[in-house]
Amino acid sequence: MGGERVNTQAKGSPDTAPADAWEPRIVAFFCNWCTYTAADLAGVSRMRHAPNVRIIRVMCSGRVDPQFILDAFAKGADGVLIGGCHIGDCHYVEGNYKTIRRVQMLRRVLHDMGIEDDRFRLEWISASEGEKVKLVINDMVTRIRALGPLGLPQHVRDWDAELESLEHAVTADAKEVGTHVG
Amino acid sequence: MPASKEVNPPMREQSSNGTPRVGVYVCHCGTNIAGIVDVHAVAEYAAGLPGVIVSREYKYMCSDPGQELIQQDIRDHRLERIVVASCSPLLHEHTFRHATAEGGLNPYYFQMVNIRENVSWVNEDPRAATQKAKDLVRAAVARVAFHKALERKQVPIHPDVLVVGGGIAGIHAALTLANAGKKVYLVEREPTIGGHMAMFDKTFPTLDCAACILTPKMSAVKTHRNITLWTYSEVTQVDGYVGNYTVKVKRKPRYIDESLCVGCLACIEACTFKTARFPDEFNQGLSKRKPVYIPFPQATPQVVLFDPESCLQLKSGKCKQSCAEACDRKAVNFRQTAEFEEIAVGTIILATGFQTFDASRLPYYGYGIYPNVYTALEVERLINASGPTGGEVTLRDGRKPKTVGIIHCVGSRDEKTNRWCSRVCCMYSLKLAHLVKEHTDATIYNFYIDMRTPGKGYEEFYDKLLKEGVHFIRGRVAEVTDWARTPDEEGRLMVRVEDTLVGTVRRIPLDMVVLAVGLEPRADSQDVRRLFNISCSTEGFFLERHPKLAPVSTFTDGIFIAGACQGPRDIPDAVAQAGAAAAEAMALIDVGHVELEPNTAYIVEEECSGCKSCVPLCPYTAITFNEDKKKASINEAVCKGCGTCVAACPSGSIRQNLFEDEEIFSEIQGLLAPEPTRV
Repeated sequence: MGGERVNTQAKGSPDTAPADAWEPRIVAFFCNWCTYTAADLAGVSRMRHAPNVRIIRVMCSGRVDPQFILDAFAKGADGVLIGGCHIGDCHYVEGNYKTIRRVQMLRRVLHDMGIEDDRFRLEWISASEGEKVKLVINDMVTRIRALGPLGLPQHVRDWDAELESLEHAVTADAKEVGTHVG
Repeated sequence: MPASKEVNPPMREQSSNGTPRVGVYVCHCGTNIAGIVDVHAVAEYAAGLPGVIVSREYKYMCSDPGQELIQQDIRDHRLERIVVASCSPLLHEHTFRHATAEGGLNPYYFQMVNIRENVSWVNEDPRAATQKAKDLVRAAVARVAFHKALERKQVPIHPDVLVVGGGIAGIHAALTLANAGKKVYLVEREPTIGGHMAMFDKTFPTLDCAACILTPKMSAVKTHRNITLWTYSEVTQVDGYVGNYTVKVKRKPRYIDESLCVGCLACIEACTFKTARFPDEFNQGLSKRKPVYIPFPQATPQVVLFDPESCLQLKSGKCKQSCAEACDRKAVNFRQTAEFEEIAVGTIILATGFQTFDASRLPYYGYGIYPNVYTALEVERLINASGPTGGEVTLRDGRKPKTVGIIHCVGSRDEKTNRWCSRVCCMYSLKLAHLVKEHTDATIYNFYIDMRTPGKGYEEFYDKLLKEGVHFIRGRVAEVTDWARTPDEEGRLMVRVEDTLVGTVRRIPLDMVVLAVGLEPRADSQDVRRLFNISCSTEGFFLERHPKLAPVSTFTDGIFIAGACQGPRDIPDAVAQAGAAAAEAMALIDVGHVELEPNTAYIVEEECSGCKSCVPLCPYTAITFNEDKKKASINEAVCKGCGTCVAACPSGSIRQNLFEDEEIFSEIQGLLAPEPTRV
């Protein structure tokens, strides 16, 4: 009964789903001057979009340490979005150039970790592009919904367990070797 | 005012695990937030978060009672951190930091959660929106524990002001400031100040002569001891920050020593070109000028200039230079080159104005195809007594028009060109209808979509025109052609238009068509905004900090905007805005100092490995390397707080106030804390 009620509520809004269904969780780092302002503009203009993105405000996209992105994935994010000023428009002259470089390198790392390209996105969105905030968020949510959950925390736990069992095996071996020697 | 609802009775003593005591405040914002987000559920949820001592919801947190609530709780419950979930921090962060400080805490022990612009205004599913609001509040509560007490740094404000653009807005701003005793640099790109207003004949709705009200202000600018006027000059470089800008201005060569020229115009008379044969920019090309010229009789400063594109001497070096001979002041100098001035100012006002829509972009209106299709600005010059025809409204062949049609909304309210309403065209079209009728006694048609006359005395002016017998046809003109069907129509312009009030398509023969061109951002507005590090709205007009509450401020502190560079506006609005911008600048100057956001980066020396990777990253060269200590060091006065060095430091020894690593990591952790249940 309860589930039905929630379903009826969600009807008509395509970006929502029943309460118990998986919903992509996206962490966004938006620069204060362009993209965060654009997100505000999207709000003031009432541009409805998918509710899956949680924004963290930083002064410049250049402040986004690659570790933040890895950490977000490791803590359970299904996607990470970085928003900065267009090239040439950076409030701090050239911060976004540094963002590009870091993002390029990080992409390789993420690729090696098996994290799909669509889960990590860098977009230049100027203060006047409220519409773009909406489009990017909706598009990203659609793509990640298609990919399904990333579930990196579980993977990390699995890897940890694997390592632990390996460790056990190694110490056990060592003991065995030790007895032999002894 | 309804009392705030306290979710969690403040019974808890100091949280035993040593985390600071947090107060959470969830704002309804009337129904703006509460209409979508279940604010009660959010406040209730927050009450259970670690460290939260008080959690409340309230109708309007930004109201006085809302702020008082925070202050009272800080005192009563010994709160150590404050979280307010309401609107965007860009709007009210300052308000709540202030409230936090008033309650006796350091203002930076505060974190704001945006659940209006980022949640209730963009999400429509209450359940998802409420979940998102909870996540964001959880992140803020996690983050705020790591906040540190910070102090705002004070820097002195340079009292001088730069005004860019010498139209009516720039002139008014400069005079207001100069009259208040501030030193002003007024930089104008054209050879004279006056802008578009100087081209007009009369102004609506009072029909004041534009020159009569403008030229006294222009002379006042020229003679004011507090104003340094640089015409024919452009800003080429802007460095620094609020209170301390360094600006480079390029003064283009006029080939005349400005200090010697008295504006006798003898050089123009003596020019090798006996007749004027180059299009006169000020008269919209409707008349000719010589290579040495003065834009218009009241040009300020009264100094001639040489056009390097047409002057024989400047182009070929083979002229007898009779102009130089004629000048008894020896002011002509063909070897003059561009000069650069460097000035220090504390604040900047941009009043760079607009450009009119290029009517040739709409070929179906025949501009540039049929000689008797004019733009409104051309007709302004025709009507003007000092214009190309001495105030006679005549066609290009010299005939007086008997029928004139004014087409409204050319390049305005049009999906194909510019979508916005240019605000002034209805009124100036009415004015031109009146003036052309007065000058020629012609039959006048106005083709309009909607008549927009909001303003003091504007609707009354429209009424007056209706009574004067000007025809008004409601409908967007389809095309202007010379396609005659009857001998009577031969040689005339045919306007085809649907008269939407009568419900028929009409063909109207006219002698003259006037296109009421709309207002656009200047072609180089994007370059200018980059130069001054401000933003543009989608259409390209300069973006104000807040459309209602900070209409002349920009996102860059100390830089203000006035006049039509911010959006189409008429003269009274431009003047009002210029006064507002001047007042905003003075408000900064008179305090004498500005407080900077303490978001600078700093180095923890013990942890610095001396790798130098941060040094070349800083766009402001705030980072230097101390060779003795083998450590990097950051000059806090120069750092602007972008944080890019912080992200790059391999040893993590660079930190950024307000954006410390642990603050952001805890925010990430907070956002993602509970793993979602899987299907």
